[in-house]
Amino acid sequence: MAKSETPLLDELEKGKWPSFVTEIKKAAEKSPMAKDLLHQLELSYKDRIGHWKHGGIVGVKGYGSGVIGRYSDRPDLFPNVQAFHTIRVNHPSGWFYKTDALRSLCDIWDKHGSGLTNMHGSTGDAILLGTTTDHLQTCFDDLSEAGFDLGGSGSALRTPSCCVGPGRCEWACVDSLDLCHHLTMNFQDEIHRPMFPYKFKIKISACPNDCVASIARADFSVIGTWKGDIRIDPAEVEAYASSGLNIQREVCDLCPTRCMEWDGRQLKIFNEDCTRCMHCINLMPKALRPGEEQGATILVGGKAPIVEGALLSWVLVPFMKLEPPYGEIKDLILRIQDWWCDNGRSRERLGELIKRLGMRTFLRAIDIPAAPQMVKAPRTNPYVFFWPEDIQQEVK
Amino acid sequence: MATDIGPPDYKTMLPPVVRRNYGKWLYHEILKPGVLMHVGESGEALYTVRAGSPRLLSTDTLREICEIADSYCDGYLRFTSRHNIEFLVSDQTKVEPLLLELNRMNYSVGGTGHSISNIVHTQGWVHCHTPATDASGPVKALMDEIHEYFVTMTLPAHVRIALACCLNMCGAVHCSDIAILGIHRTVPKPDNSRVPNVCEIPTTVASCPTGAIRGDMKNKTVTINNDKCMYCGNCYTVCPAMPIADPDNDGISIWVGGKVSNARSAPMFSKLAIPYLPNNPPRWPEVVDAVKNIIEVYAAGARKHERVGEWIERIGWERFFSLTGIPFTDKHIDDFDMATETFRSSMQFKWR
Repeated sequence: MAKSETPLLDELEKGKWPSFVTEIKKAAEKSPMAKDLLHQLELSYKDRIGHWKHGGIVGVKGYGSGVIGRYSDRPDLFPNVQAFHTIRVNHPSGWFYKTDALRSLCDIWDKHGSGLTNMHGSTGDAILLGTTTDHLQTCFDDLSEAGFDLGGSGSALRTPSCCVGPGRCEWACVDSLDLCHHLTMNFQDEIHRPMFPYKFKIKISACPNDCVASIARADFSVIGTWKGDIRIDPAEVEAYASSGLNIQREVCDLCPTRCMEWDGRQLKIFNEDCTRCMHCINLMPKALRPGEEQGATILVGGKAPIVEGALLSWVLVPFMKLEPPYGEIKDLILRIQDWWCDNGRSRERLGELIKRLGMRTFLRAIDIPAAPQMVKAPRTNPYVFFWPEDIQQEVK
Repeated sequence: MATDIGPPDYKTMLPPVVRRNYGKWLYHEILKPGVLMHVGESGEALYTVRAGSPRLLSTDTLREICEIADSYCDGYLRFTSRHNIEFLVSDQTKVEPLLLELNRMNYSVGGTGHSISNIVHTQGWVHCHTPATDASGPVKALMDEIHEYFVTMTLPAHVRIALACCLNMCGAVHCSDIAILGIHRTVPKPDNSRVPNVCEIPTTVASCPTGAIRGDMKNKTVTINNDKCMYCGNCYTVCPAMPIADPDNDGISIWVGGKVSNARSAPMFSKLAIPYLPNNPPRWPEVVDAVKNIIEVYAAGARKHERVGEWIERIGWERFFSLTGIPFTDKHIDDFDMATETFRSSMQFKWR
């Protein structure tokens, strides 16, 4: 038997979890690019270092976004990945697909690229992994023909993404799929033509379980919530109790605000104390439902550590009704982006700018009133700034 | 050619049962690990079968998935935010045959409820220019080892694991129950022959969050104050002539106790558990063992519904370190921005 050329990667074909190495090998049977990728990756496993260089400026006509340039640092060994660019394809809301659409993506990618994809990348896009510069425009043209467009990259609005929402989830308090689609269509220019100090992410979750982690990674996080009382079906509460759910221990005792009482027969919720964390609803979806007045909380500033440290998004608008055509939220996004573009330094994310210039300045600039929901507690230091108009100007 | 057409309209991708019950779902049940049933107000049900994916998929495999979806799901499927594949079945009688087919084809079905779902991860050595480790490799090695937790729901609560191959954290892993993070540990080396040609000096200087980089305008390059550098790699991203990758010193750090859900406790960041483990391809045994140890100590000690972070907050970090056997070092004490907020100012601590 011939000696394997990729002994290190072969180890990762063992085991129960599906193997990315097998995927690269499958593509390598048809694509010389995928074959060179496999061998370059083996070299990385041997050298314990990546072998990709910074991308130069590559793209398609009229766009500054959507293509990530990638070049091998060993084109002498792996000429077929000398250029191996990524194409980000804007996914349908909620990552729903009909197989004919997926197949058309596959056909286009077999024609123009390595035959390797990420379903999906972290920003949400369908990632087509590896093509040459001369294929970019023709690949884009074929994608357009099939109804697909590129997503965002660089200092642009990144491809908005959202949870499964009302498509399948009974907890959805906003139509995350529709809102995501609307915002994506509305902000095409900002997605395709980088015009910001740095990246800007919009992620939409339809309830506080936040299945797309919007609070951790989005500059502009939309999270569905409700006002009013949690809806109770008493018969279903009893059914959960008799089926073995320990309502006292598992529901009431774990409620963060202790706003529930269970006497063994009836569940009572003191809704004025509820902070809508979802725990009780998560445990008893048949018996409890979010209140009827539904909308979203808008939070801003979330990001990963680079440059000035990680931030979780902060509450900006405690409650906003979100219905088509979504004028209020689109307008808010524009006001925020204008302020950021006017004041942000290069590579300064929105949250970092707010930290640098102060929430007070930000709120005034975008015309949002202060609300107690914005803070865990009021400030503890006495170094309070006042606006000039707060002060009597002519001192006697 | 038309530009700015936007993504396909999601409405054209929804199975008819979803279109009929859109926004009118009443409740759901997890019928068994990896199998969900959503019931609408109409009484109609949608069955979801969730299968693991390596995220990196060949077009051949995608076509195979399409064939399965055509046979059992009228051609409808979706992907989850954690890269899983979801087969959307509207005909109840097709659920069991689909499960048999997936089993025959070696797909892992699971990732629902109190399980370890697929590991969100980045590109690593497969396709990124700044990685400190590979991404797909450690994920594959770890998922093989903890496969049982994917196909069952025996843990106290959801455990969300994520991996980022450098501090840029594409996908933001910093709020995960367990985060695996590639790190550099050595200072970038400016290539003075290339910096003048490929880098803008002011941008490079400005890219450093700690002010460790100074311009050397006479020589059209930069110098680095090694003591101030904390190896974030931001300068390398803006100036390719400052390589930071180092095969002998790059590696992996492990972070624990983060979450994004608001359920019970507020969303929280992951905190440092292990500052450094070596890159040992192809199977990263030190990383796999360390993560498995944390999962097992958690599974043995946490109460039902307690996420990793909630468990640690209850038992205290002192006991987290003693139970897991992870040594606590000066590297666990923050010395960056806002460090003092994490220092203890009370007598309310534990001895172990």
